Amino acid sequence: MSILDSKIPEGPIAEKWTNHKNHLKLVAPNNRPKIDVIVVGTGLAGASAAASLGEMGYNVKAFCFQDSPRRAHSIAAQGGINAAKNYQNDGDSIYRLFYDTIKGGDYRAREANVYRLAEVSGNIIDQCVAQGVPFAREYGGMLDNRSFGGVQVQRTFYAAGQTGQQLLLGAYSALSRQIGLGRVQMLNRHEMLDLVLVDGKARGIIARNLVNGEIERHSAHAVVLASGGYGNVYFLSTNAMGSNVTAAWKAHKKGAYFANPCYVQIHPTCIPVHGTNQSKLTLMSESLRNSGRIWVPKKKEDAEAIRAGQLRPTQIAEEDRDYYLERRYPAFGNLVPRDVASRAAKERCDAGFGIEANDTNEGVYLDFASEIKAKGKQAAFAQGDHDPSEEKTIELGKKWVEEKYGNLFQMYEKITDENPYETPMKIYPAVHYTMGGLWVDYNLQSTIPGCFVAGEANFSDHGANRLGASALMQGLADGYFVIPYTVSNYLADEIRTGKIPTDSPEFDEAEKNVKDLIQKFLTNNGSKSVDHFHKKLGLIMWNKVGMARSEQGLNEAIQEISTLRDEFYKDVYVPGNADELNPELEKALRVADFLELGQLMARDALHRNESCGGHFREEYQDAEGETLRDDENYKFAAAWEYKGMDINQSELHKEDLKYEYIKIAARNYK
Amino acid sequence: MASKFINITLKIWRQKNSQAKGSMETYQLDHVSTDSSFLEMLDQLNEQLISERKEPIAFDHDCREGICGMCSLYINGRAHGPDTGITTCQLHMRMFKDGDTIYVEPWRSAAFPVIKDLVVDRSAFDRIQQAGGFVSVNTSGRTIDANSIPVPKTDADKAFEAAACIGCGACVATCKNGSAMLFVGAKVSQYALLPQGKVEAKNRVLNMVRQMDEEGFGNCTNTGACEIECPKGISLENIARMNREFLSAAISSEN
Repeated sequence: MSILDSKIPEGPIAEKWTNHKNHLKLVAPNNRPKIDVIVVGTGLAGASAAASLGEMGYNVKAFCFQDSPRRAHSIAAQGGINAAKNYQNDGDSIYRLFYDTIKGGDYRAREANVYRLAEVSGNIIDQCVAQGVPFAREYGGMLDNRSFGGVQVQRTFYAAGQTGQQLLLGAYSALSRQIGLGRVQMLNRHEMLDLVLVDGKARGIIARNLVNGEIERHSAHAVVLASGGYGNVYFLSTNAMGSNVTAAWKAHKKGAYFANPCYVQIHPTCIPVHGTNQSKLTLMSESLRNSGRIWVPKKKEDAEAIRAGQLRPTQIAEEDRDYYLERRYPAFGNLVPRDVASRAAKERCDAGFGIEANDTNEGVYLDFASEIKAKGKQAAFAQGDHDPSEEKTIELGKKWVEEKYGNLFQMYEKITDENPYETPMKIYPAVHYTMGGLWVDYNLQSTIPGCFVAGEANFSDHGANRLGASALMQGLADGYFVIPYTVSNYLADEIRTGKIPTDSPEFDEAEKNVKDLIQKFLTNNGSKSVDHFHKKLGLIMWNKVGMARSEQGLNEAIQEISTLRDEFYKDVYVPGNADELNPELEKALRVADFLELGQLMARDALHRNESCGGHFREEYQDAEGETLRDDENYKFAAAWEYKGMDINQSELHKEDLKYEYIKIAARNYK
Repeated sequence: MASKFINITLKIWRQKNSQAKGSMETYQLDHVSTDSSFLEMLDQLNEQLISERKEPIAFDHDCREGICGMCSLYINGRAHGPDTGITTCQLHMRMFKDGDTIYVEPWRSAAFPVIKDLVVDRSAFDRIQQAGGFVSVNTSGRTIDANSIPVPKTDADKAFEAAACIGCGACVATCKNGSAMLFVGAKVSQYALLPQGKVEAKNRVLNMVRQMDEEGFGNCTNTGACEIECPKGISLENIARMNREFLSAAISSEN
């Protein structure tokens, strides 16, 4: 075990980033076209990084597995993006955003990175508006804000329930501009299948052209991984079907440490599971918690009657409802952080108050009736009607709700066939985001020189729990405002290197390994589909490495995944050929990596003998069921070094987390 | 959600690759939950095909919540199937009855060649965007404060409604002329409605329309089918706005 150097610059926290930037090395404009950079992934982090690096004049190649860079899963982010603009004059500041993020992450994030994130947050909004991103505005023409979980100010900028879409299309437009100018070469429908190291440095990747199956070699002086999170290890999650860990995992196997893999965000407001053929879960934005109240019946018999279809939620009297978040956390109410809200829902359902008639009775209500009345009344007043009828109030209230959340309500109705304007939504927690990821230093460089990691794929900013509307902020901060500086600093030493050849033994070997694995899958001749194994893995992960974990369950998970992995290699059937579009082959290659990652997540969760943020160990809770951290022994980021398929060989490295500007304390949202 | 189960017959377009000749194939699929989405039904069919050692059907999909725009499919003669305001991944099997025969085809358009089965190449849309679908501002973050130019709420709202386009291509697939003018009109409108986009408005519309024509998309004859089938309800007004922008740019441009 070694202690990791995070390369945090000296000086007061508010000056670190500025000072650091002032001393980073530069590459002169005439040298930049001689240098190649690869960017993997075109979500917010990847698209913004590729656009920025292209704009600076580097030779950029960008890769995505989708048919267009505009499809990356950032597009599905709904609620908003945080920025410490204090436009609402409600006491916001860079320090407060920094503080909220550290506290929300349960004191497991790196101070210097989070401060930088808060510091550049305002520039992101300026940049996006300049690019023509149509944020929601007030009647005076100014930008509108709303509130998100874990904070007491309104700092979230949004575009209806489609903020991620608008921001990604903004970054995509910047990227498109560079592609049009010939500074970025875009490779759609390509998947990275290995990272190539030459003399210990990241020098390129092996990618598969998903249309014709060709295995291609691409060299570069630096590689930026912006390939997203690994939530699909659970099979069911809010991630897109194609989201995967392969790019990050291959880098891990080549020497990049993987940090805090057990920190997974289970989002409290998703549509509950309905059946065994279900392929994914759908999120209902956290922004709905601004207007919706979460409850279950107070009486068990009411919950049972609802599940049996004998009672409707609207028939439950106000005094018979348990608004459990408002009851337990009066200061933040329905807007507690995600991990807290998710556990509270699980607690009620485990106690028998769940209202969904599925196998597990897992579901709670998110009710808009109070908000519809309140906003309807406001709207009537604004029209000069100071004594509106009930009917008119509700009509106006529904209109208000439709304007704010229309697309989410429509999405809900299409999936469930129920009208959420009339009856409360049913929701339940689901896997949504992964705070863990490849370990990076302050410069976002992994433990492999020349391999940088941005966005959800790295581990750096959210600690053990991410606050709502902060993922978009981090993706764009990394891509627009950090990577261009820090990658240039690295590349300053590469101006004399010249083109990296792709006919080296390192490329030969990497390509051969990829081709061998593909061949193995296609000739395996097993009896079960890839999904069969992926679903099994997902169940192990959800039940034993999910919202509540125990020593026994985690040990079982490690064992069960070993067995499942052996079965997978023995019995998986992958139809089709290597030299064609072959979605089953793509899935097999991804699931192979999930089957290794899942074990590391369990091992990480097992070693962390405390509860913090999204990591909840049943053994470590207080009398009220709140997380019990152990700062004395676990105030560090756990970075794992790959040592072969046997997970017990993986070596732990620690980065001690120092809190110099925030007093570390128990999280309290009461 | 009381789920039911139905049995269906599927007629699906199969085509080995872009060069091969394709044909409609028939499949029987039993015990489909009406709570399943259309794509989950196709997953179920693929599992069945895999268990029979047959090649599964290739189709594009990713987010499965109606926002990434990757799923396509012409279902029973309609883009994204028999429901309005949704993408194929949001279509649910409760829209179908027991014993139904369902026809599934790829997008049909000269500008969207078939890659395999139900998968088509929509990179023409990317190239149109690359021709001018942006504001030429560097990504330094050193722009003016976001609130220094007030934007009337109605303009911001209209720009957003245009920008809500997911680039799925249903408009092209639906149009008898294979026109992409709803897609291009939406992008042109988003920028034309905002002060940040006005500076380059002339060049933008000229370049995007030129690229659109080069890609082989047809012209608009005001049928309005695109607007009806658009999963995001993008309005025909955007085409009118693009035409106005184009006309004024064409007669006043110095290029």
